[in-house]
Amino acid sequence: MQTVTKEMLIAKAAELLDNGSVTRVFGWQKGEFDYDVTPALFHSAAEMEKDFVWNDFCGANFSKYLIKDKGEGKVLVFLKPCDTYSFNQLLTEHRFDREKVYAVGIPCDGMADIRLIKEEAGEGVTGVDTEGDELVVHTLYDGDIRLNRGDFLAERCKVCKSKKHVAYDELMGDDGEIADSARFDEVAKLEAMSADERFAFWQNELSRCIRCNACRDVCPACSCEKCVFGNPKSGVENKAASDSFEEKMFHIIRAFHVAGRCTDCGECSRVCPQHIPLHLLNRKFIKDIDTFYGEYQAGAEVGSRAPLVDYTEGDIEPSKAVERGGANA
Amino acid sequence: MQVNEGFKPTIVAFCCNWCSYAGADLAGNNRLNYPAEVKIIRVPCSCRVNPMFILRAFQRGADGVIICGCHPGDCHYTSGNYYTRRRMSLLFSMLDYLGIERERTRLEWVSAAEGAKFAATMNDFVEQVTKLGENKRLEDLRCKQ
Repeated sequence: MQTVTKEMLIAKAAELLDNGSVTRVFGWQKGEFDYDVTPALFHSAAEMEKDFVWNDFCGANFSKYLIKDKGEGKVLVFLKPCDTYSFNQLLTEHRFDREKVYAVGIPCDGMADIRLIKEEAGEGVTGVDTEGDELVVHTLYDGDIRLNRGDFLAERCKVCKSKKHVAYDELMGDDGEIADSARFDEVAKLEAMSADERFAFWQNELSRCIRCNACRDVCPACSCEKCVFGNPKSGVENKAASDSFEEKMFHIIRAFHVAGRCTDCGECSRVCPQHIPLHLLNRKFIKDIDTFYGEYQAGAEVGSRAPLVDYTEGDIEPSKAVERGGANA
Repeated sequence: MQVNEGFKPTIVAFCCNWCSYAGADLAGNNRLNYPAEVKIIRVPCSCRVNPMFILRAFQRGADGVIICGCHPGDCHYTSGNYYTRRRMSLLFSMLDYLGIERERTRLEWVSAAEGAKFAATMNDFVEQVTKLGENKRLEDLRCKQ
């Protein structure tokens, strides 16, 4: 159950559009079903009344959209706590103009994962409503099914790292706290496996990749003007042209490119059509950085120095690092 | 005792122009032996080595990759090797996480005066990789068996 309602968000947007503070609004647009939610740009309160939606499926993080937004005047953007980290990180990298944005922080009670719901409810899910701690799933064949909401949250929300907004112009509702989350448990579980088991695990996961590039396109940290994977001369810009190398290495390289800048927003895993747990690669880097160079949360503050563009004279040597970060940690 | 008898690994060594590349020269001048399987690639600084180079080397058939740079504090460009150290700590740990033997990657500090250390390091590394045998894992990562 989200504490701020859709009506409150529309009212806030209408007020700001009316008094001229903003000219457009980034918000979630409803699709065919309750859970088909699309990021969209709204220009009037009337448009928002018609299509705007705020429910348990509004996972999309709008921070990256600010880079390409080139309209007149200010843009209103609704940010959930985890989105504000990406927002700060992009500001640190000078990717958009802070003056052109009016950020409204909204509390988030976690987002549901439609894939988990469909696995449980079976075929023909036509809609999902939230009633308190329960999800009411409307289905074609089995009528309404009531599920415990907490069990069907997205993985990233079950281990939510922060309910606290780190950037906003205005806050709706109450701010939360930074959580002491168990988000590295999965990584630790993998580390505890043998090398062969780990290899089998990743081979199984990465073999499903269809190189749709959705993870790259949605990632707020992957916002280079020119991407190494988008160079037509390299012959690796899409699946059809890619040689075997890129398919294998794509995810390792991508994870490395965002290492130290990844805020662990979990968008990569959310959009993956093949359900590859990509966040486990990013979290491994975050966990290692925390272990080797001290705790670091990308985006926690604007202007912080990312671990990979910094050093100290007494840094750990790679030979020792593998032992500490790896299976024998 | 030699396991994998007859197996000759392919080793790619990225050597910094200002230290270990000269170190390799010195090893040669001093008539020190190191295995011919080591293919040296000269780079202007160890921090020139993009993590992609290492993955690419593995994909193109290398069995082991070693990076040699100046000792911390001695970088020709002041701080390049410090960045290398951070990058490689993370990359090697990630490769280990993906189930690729950690013994196939190494970072060593070898100065221009350390011809003997260069030869000893290479001998040791080649022996280590020979024991592991042929590297198939990086090539296989995408192909489910």
